[in-house]
Amino acid sequence: MPRYLSMIRVDEQNAPAEGPSPELMERMGALIEEMTKAGVMLDTAGLAPTSEGTRVTWSGGKISCTDGPFTESKEVIGGYSIVQAKDKAEAVEWTKRFLRTHEEFWNITVEVREIVGG
Amino acid sequence: MAGTVETVFRIESARIIAGVARIVRDVGLAEELAQDALVTALERWPESGVPDNPGAWLMATAKHRAIDLVRRKETYARKLAEVGRALEDVSPPDPADLARTAEDIDDDLLRLIFTACHPVLPTRARVALTLRLLGGLTTEEIARAFLVPEPTVAQRIVRAKRTLAQADVPFEVPYGDDRTARLSSVLEVIYLIFNEGYSATTGDDLVRPALCEDALRLARVLAGLLPQEPEVHGLAALLEFQSSRIAARTGPGGEPVLLADQNRTKWNRPLIRRGADALQRAGHGPYSLQAAIAACHARAIRYEDTDWTAIAALYGRLMALAPSPVVELNRAVAVAMAEGPAAGLKLVEALAEEPALKDYHLLPSVRGDLLERLGRHAEARAEFVRAAALTRNARERALLLERSSG
Repeated sequence: MPRYLSMIRVDEQNAPAEGPSPELMERMGALIEEMTKAGVMLDTAGLAPTSEGTRVTWSGGKISCTDGPFTESKEVIGGYSIVQAKDKAEAVEWTKRFLRTHEEFWNITVEVREIVGG
Repeated sequence: MAGTVETVFRIESARIIAGVARIVRDVGLAEELAQDALVTALERWPESGVPDNPGAWLMATAKHRAIDLVRRKETYARKLAEVGRALEDVSPPDPADLARTAEDIDDDLLRLIFTACHPVLPTRARVALTLRLLGGLTTEEIARAFLVPEPTVAQRIVRAKRTLAQADVPFEVPYGDDRTARLSSVLEVIYLIFNEGYSATTGDDLVRPALCEDALRLARVLAGLLPQEPEVHGLAALLEFQSSRIAARTGPGGEPVLLADQNRTKWNRPLIRRGADALQRAGHGPYSLQAAIAACHARAIRYEDTDWTAIAALYGRLMALAPSPVVELNRAVAVAMAEGPAAGLKLVEALAEEPALKDYHLLPSVRGDLLERLGRHAEARAEFVRAAALTRNARERALLLERSSG
C-alpha cells in the first residue's frame, strides 16, 4: 500500500490569531484517532509558525539562511500527515474528512503527494 | 462519482458490515445489506451530491434495511405463532442503534473479526472471509493474491458464510479461556495472510506486498481494538518490522536478496519506529518474541552489527514456548552466527530426520550454507541442488541453483 504525504497549506495572515478552536481540536483528534485505529495514519503534526522557522538555501555553491516569517508567501505549510492508503483516491477521501472538521472561515489547501517507493 | 462512492465504501465497508451484522446476526446477510446500501448510494449521490458524512449515510441506509428486514421477519414469526408455531428467536432492534458511540462500533468490528476467524471454518475459508469482510478485498483480488481461480475463492466464501449461519455461530466477542483460544486463531489468520505475501509459496513473485499491507493494516486495526492484549501488539510489531524490509528483499530483477546483502538504507525507518513502539506494548508470547528478534535485525545498522547472541537466546525462549522444527532451524542459524558454523551444523544435523522438514527447502539450504562456510564445498553444492528441487518459488530456485554451481 503506497504512502502519501499531505502538506497542509494555510494562509498564516488570515488564520485565527488564537489558533484552532477547542471544538476543532476535538473533531480533529477524533478523526486522527479513527485514522490511526484504521491503520491508515502513520504520522501527523502541526508545525510552529514560520516566524520560528529558517530557510536554508544552497545556490551557486553557497549556503544562505533566511529566518522567518516568510511574509512573501501567501500560503505556508502549517502541518503534514503521512498516510498509508490503498490508492490515491482513499488518501484524498481522508483528506476531505480532515478538511471538513474545520469551520467555514478557514482557507486551507492540502496537497496530497505519493511518497516514491513508499 | 462512482469512484468516490467506491472509495468511501472501501473505507467504511467493514464497519458497515459489522454494524449490520449486530442487527441481523448473520455476516453473509450483513454483507448483502451493505452492498445494497452501496448500490443505493451509486444511484442517489450523482443527483443529490455526496453527503457531508458519507460513511454515516451508508451506515444508516444499511441499518434501516436491516431493521426493516428484522421487522418483516418478526411479523412473519408472529403470524406463524398465531397458527400455533414456535416464535422465531429474533430480538427487536434497539432504537438507539442509529446513534451509537465509537466504542460500540469498535465492539461490532471485533465481533466481526472473531466471527470471520471462527474455528468452525477451515483455515483457508477464515483467510478468505477475513480479507473479504475486513480487508474489503474483492473476490477477484483475493484470487489473484493466492493464485487460485476466482470461482474457487467465491465458493470458499459462500460456503464459509453458510457454515457460520448453519452452525449458528453467535456474533460476539468471546470471554475467558475461549477468548484466548479464539484470539490465537485471529492472530494466526492475519499472520498467514502476511506470510503468503512475504514469502510467496508458489509463483514467480517472491513478495506480494499488497497482501503484506492488508495483513499489516488488519494487525493495526486489531491492536487499536484490543489495546490490552500484549500478543496483538507483538504481532503488530512483528509485521511492522517485517514490512519495513520489503523494498530491500528483492533486487531489480525480482530476485531474492539475502538478509546479509540487503541495502539497509532501503529499510523503511517509519515502519521500524512503529514496530519499536508496538514492541514496547508487546508481551512474552510467540509473536512478541519473534518481534523482538526482528527488532534485533532492525537495530543493526550493518549486518556485522547484528547481535546474534541475543537472537539465539530469543529463539531458545521461542523453542521453550512454542517448539517447532522451523524455529529450531532458525535458532541453528543464529547459533552458527554467534558461535561459528560447526555449532550451528550440529543443531541442523539433529533436525535431519525431522519428518516435518522432509520437504522444507530451507533445511538443505541452511545446511549447504554452513557446509560452505566450513569449507566442505562439494557437500554444500549437493545441499543447494536438493534445496532447489524442493522450493516451489521460481526466484528462490534460481538463487539456489546459482549457489550450487559454486
